[in-house]
Amino acid sequence: MKILVTAKRVEDPESKIKVKPDGSGIVQEGLKYKINPFDEIGVEEGLRLVAKHQGEVVVVSIGGKEVQEQLRHALAMGAHRAVWVNHTGPLDQLAIAGLLQKVAEKEKPDLVILGKQSIDDDQNQVGQYLAEFLGWGQATFASKVESLESEQEKNKVPAIVVGADGKTVRVIREVDNGLATLECQLPAVVTTDLRLNQPRYASLPGIMKAKSKPIEELTPAKLGVDVTPSIQVLKMSAPPARKAGIKVPDVPALVEKLHNEAKVV
Amino acid sequence: MPIVLIVAEQQPDGNLRKATLNAIGAGKQLAEKAGAELHIALVGKDPAKVADELKGYGAKAVHVGAAPELEHYLAETYAPALAGLAQELKADYVGMASTAQGKDLMPRLAARLKAAMATDVMGFNGGGADVTFSRPMWAGNVFAEVKLTTPVKVFTLRATEFPAAQGGQGAAEVKAFTPKVEASKTKFVDFKEVKSARPELTEARVVVSGGRGTKGDFKEIEGLADDLGAAVGASRAVCDAGWVPNDLQVGQTGKVVAPQLYIAAGISGAIQHLAGMKSSKTIVAINKDPEAPIFQVADYGIVADLFKVLPELRSELAKLK
Repeated sequence: MKILVTAKRVEDPESKIKVKPDGSGIVQEGLKYKINPFDEIGVEEGLRLVAKHQGEVVVVSIGGKEVQEQLRHALAMGAHRAVWVNHTGPLDQLAIAGLLQKVAEKEKPDLVILGKQSIDDDQNQVGQYLAEFLGWGQATFASKVESLESEQEKNKVPAIVVGADGKTVRVIREVDNGLATLECQLPAVVTTDLRLNQPRYASLPGIMKAKSKPIEELTPAKLGVDVTPSIQVLKMSAPPARKAGIKVPDVPALVEKLHNEAKVV
Repeated sequence: MPIVLIVAEQQPDGNLRKATLNAIGAGKQLAEKAGAELHIALVGKDPAKVADELKGYGAKAVHVGAAPELEHYLAETYAPALAGLAQELKADYVGMASTAQGKDLMPRLAARLKAAMATDVMGFNGGGADVTFSRPMWAGNVFAEVKLTTPVKVFTLRATEFPAAQGGQGAAEVKAFTPKVEASKTKFVDFKEVKSARPELTEARVVVSGGRGTKGDFKEIEGLADDLGAAVGASRAVCDAGWVPNDLQVGQTGKVVAPQLYIAAGISGAIQHLAGMKSSKTIVAINKDPEAPIFQVADYGIVADLFKVLPELRSELAKLK
């Protein structure tokens, strides 16, 4: 099967994000970038599915030439080839899904796997927009029944299982108060939750091999997509700081504060 | 007059999802700012009981679409049903609580309506046709003010940021509509509920959370939670370690809570965890490490071993009663 996965370039989740004093954006100096953690889980899941069912994993990223770094990382993990949609400037989710729709129509994958959200804009929208634009089924927040390091993990049912006839995919989803299972006809769109898998590290031979794997360059114009944003970020600000708290010496002092000052117990 | 349409959510057990009331509360704020009328939408196989419940919250009308095909929630069947209604009403704004269902459904609905969307909206600014939305980015480290320029504007609402709408405000007209039913390429297979006698995490007044410092022993956390009628939460580390179920996770990738009292025991306070609980009214941190970042957001902190503090806290609290 052919699986299309996304690899958005985002700020490293461990970095300290600061807003510029004029509110026009975040301070870029000193930031490191990496592949969106949810997308990395998507790349890993794509590789596992292809290892089982044969086929290829195609990774796509949208952005300036710096996103080639994230594409190379996915290729080093084991993805077979890459598609780079070269665009600089702001994009909203309508435009991103529009571009991915064109790439999907061109590539005709059986499955598109995206992260459930990117950790910069935290929108959690693109997979769902894409599924609707393509007229395909969607299964968001794909997860595992058991978490990763538990004993049960070793014997668990995989969260994404391709049907015996190769025409459907069964997905376990993490929702409020429990787990929901869906069956989608292929092709379909799946978005990954955190606990779907533990992404592999890129090996040194993988990194060497990735250098010779092809990256196809496309542009919004070539794909025929109007990317004029319909979401304008007018201003960014730091969240209101909490008033400084105090350390209390012992439990009776804590209970006294909670009871008489905060009045919460 | 512009129309704000708030989508209500029915739980798998048929009851109203409480976050819907916060979404209606938010819808009211938006309607006032935008000079709009508030409407509520509900679809399902048998939504009559919940529709009746929603009458008293001050909306102009409650639109109810019933169809057997809508028995189980699926984005692919609910999106066309609700998009059809939104188009018929010419709704300008369509919103829903940021629950798992809201986050799954609203972008698909927005795609149908060719609408831009804002996720996890925390407030509204401006007025008239120029209402803007305030929403978090970068795990809550940045608040952004955004403007959607498509004719229809779609959003999900962070329930903890809006007061629940109060009932008893007259009786809205309940209007039945015929939902547009489309064949779905996706089938519902099953839903396994994680049952708990404790309150739902996102709706609890008090949350007691444990982190890596518990070493997987949640007995005292659970004991304190039960004494306080609280929900139990957890950091990502303990969910990943398989010590507690995933749905207890508080944080950017888990649930966002804003209770009156949040007690963090053995939680260092990583950025991703803080994103899920920083709006709590009062935060208590119990941690052995005086340098733990959690102390920077805690109103009251104790630098000590949680296994010593928690039992003592329980007995001190018992004395208050």
